[in-house]
Amino acid sequence: MLGILRRKLACNGNSAAPMTVRDALNSALDEEMSADPKVFLMGEEVGEYQGAYKISKGLLDKYGPERVVDTPITEAGFAGIGVGAAYYGLRPVIEFMTFNFSMQAIDHIINSAAKSNYMSAGQISVPIVFRGPNGAAAGVGAQHSQCYAAWYGACPGLKVLAPYSSEDARGLLKAAIRDPDPVVFLENELLYGESFPISAEALDSSFCLPIGKAKIERIGKDVTITAFSKMVGYALQAADILAKDGISAEVINLRSIRPLDRSTINASVRKTNRLVTLEEGFPQHGVGAEICATVLEDSFEYLDAPVERIAGADVPMPYAANLERMAVPQVDDIVRAAKRTCHRTSALAATA
Amino acid sequence: MAQLTHRTPAVLKPISASFAATRHLTTASTTPITVETSLPFTGHNIDPPSRSVETSPQELLKFFRDMALMRRMEIAADSLYKAKLIRGFCHLYDGQEAVSIGMEAAITKKDCIITAYRDHCLFLGRGGTLLETFAELMGRKDGCSKGKGGSMHFYKKEGGFYGGHGIVGAQIPLGCGLAFAQKYSKDENVTFAMYGDGAANQGQLFEALNMAALWDLPAIFVCENNHYGMGTAEWRAAKSPAYYKRGDYAPGLKVDGMDALAVKQACKFAKEHALKNGPIILEMDTYRYHGHSMSDPGSTYRTRDEISGVRQERDPIERIRKLVLSHDLATEKELKDTEKEVRKEVDDAIAKAKESPHPDPSDLFTNVYVKGMGVESFGADRKELRAVLP
Repeated sequence: MLGILRRKLACNGNSAAPMTVRDALNSALDEEMSADPKVFLMGEEVGEYQGAYKISKGLLDKYGPERVVDTPITEAGFAGIGVGAAYYGLRPVIEFMTFNFSMQAIDHIINSAAKSNYMSAGQISVPIVFRGPNGAAAGVGAQHSQCYAAWYGACPGLKVLAPYSSEDARGLLKAAIRDPDPVVFLENELLYGESFPISAEALDSSFCLPIGKAKIERIGKDVTITAFSKMVGYALQAADILAKDGISAEVINLRSIRPLDRSTINASVRKTNRLVTLEEGFPQHGVGAEICATVLEDSFEYLDAPVERIAGADVPMPYAANLERMAVPQVDDIVRAAKRTCHRTSALAATA
Repeated sequence: MAQLTHRTPAVLKPISASFAATRHLTTASTTPITVETSLPFTGHNIDPPSRSVETSPQELLKFFRDMALMRRMEIAADSLYKAKLIRGFCHLYDGQEAVSIGMEAAITKKDCIITAYRDHCLFLGRGGTLLETFAELMGRKDGCSKGKGGSMHFYKKEGGFYGGHGIVGAQIPLGCGLAFAQKYSKDENVTFAMYGDGAANQGQLFEALNMAALWDLPAIFVCENNHYGMGTAEWRAAKSPAYYKRGDYAPGLKVDGMDALAVKQACKFAKEHALKNGPIILEMDTYRYHGHSMSDPGSTYRTRDEISGVRQERDPIERIRKLVLSHDLATEKELKDTEKEVRKEVDDAIAKAKESPHPDPSDLFTNVYVKGMGVESFGADRKELRAVLP
């Protein structure tokens, strides 16, 4: 039922048959590798295993082992090799089995990739994509559940993308591969199997989405909810529930963590006067903290209520199912926060 | 612009007369001379090349001049640093010149070199100019990185020089990535990934070597063993300081890094090997006269006697001077004149670099991205300073 709801809400006019995020990513990789011989995929199990999450299924057979390269379990090494290949002019797509393992390679992402174009005053550009699942899955525990959007989103020189739907996955991955700068592409394991309607336009091999532009997934007028990745689905569900209580929520799918689409966010808050930021990751110094700061700086007079942040709990991810449920945002949390932003106004009216 | 004279192919061709050159450089012959290296090579899992190196009067005179230029450049940088015209980090290469010079004699600009932060002379060897060096060190617009990189971030992509890296050991996987790309592109060229004895213990070296060996990448690992990783002597940092053996399954060669001809022979050998068989390690036994950087006097962890001993016995420039004199290729006076010329070139370049302006304030925001897409960026006070990224 929720799946149908999501499909209706995410529908973009002309829909062809629905497509899973997995197939969207696979088709994007396939098309970009076909179009440009400099594009290659490297990572653990991307070849013979067909991809740890089957994202690269069929690519080894189609493109061969020089272009779909299975690596040993040595992230620092192969991330560095990828960056070096990008220095030379190739277009690597480096897969981290999850972004938790990117921490082993983070020096290469930041110091070797993100900063090189600047330090070399434009001589050494780094057209690389680092991609893989990010954030919580289900029951995988503390070391396998962290969201890295805030950390990578802080770094100048990087572009950081977080797709939600299949259209996002296709359009943003193709844009990322074609982009001349280093891109961190944060997928979500639990979204891989989700189906979304996809337009004929989005299925075209030239389809790209602009980097740095958010999408208004649902237009509303009472409160702005910003979200990215899996949380977009939760925000849409919360919006349905809020609608029953007469609260019209505008849901913004960020799509791009860096550059952050500050103008779309601010324009929305200037319209609704209320903000709830939503993310799965740790709350301190999170993506929501940046969004709140930017709205306070640029749209202070428009706010009718304090900004609200819904984020993952400020604890390492527990394993037990009930604790895990408490450690990530649930739809109820979003609804409650949105109501707080609205009730604050009516509470003030009541005491006046 | 003053820069190193470039090695001509084996055919008799005069060097461009635009370089200030001694009479001997333009007329020196290319008839081969065979010289024995000071020491034999030691191999690990490989038969080492012969000690007999083919060279020529022209090459030996060029070695002398180029190393004298590098030496003079680094000494001048020392003075500029003390005069506070160079800030931050400054890691000097004097003593190690033979590694750069010998390597350049064996390779082309299509081969790639990547190194860490002791990069000024390697940059020069790859075709960088003195002006680009001094201007970059002083943070000026005419620097090779337009003043935005500094001492540790020199690059010359068209010369096959990929930096210039501040994080110890990171350059090694990056170098293997360059080699990966060369093989992918079917370029028939190699990459020399250079690192010190300090970096030789980094895990990422072994990760990269493993992949280079698995995939037969044309990667040559060059350990410039100057025996001190900052202030830590090799025997205190490495259980096994036989760095040429540390590749285990990858072959290695130990080379007298103060002997430019030995370096040349080893690099030539390594290039042939890497193109056919994948990675090989070259350990260059070398020495730095300066401390780790300009903030290190270099005497708290080694004796002055050791430093002066190496200078007496093994200095790379003196070795070539003796060869040139013993083969009667130039007189003492001619060599001294070369040193004077080189000194003048360096002084001229410094004067010119001092005139180069600092970068425009707007350059704070350039090159963050290749494709900025009109994204906004901010200064310290974002209500005061905002910019649109080009």
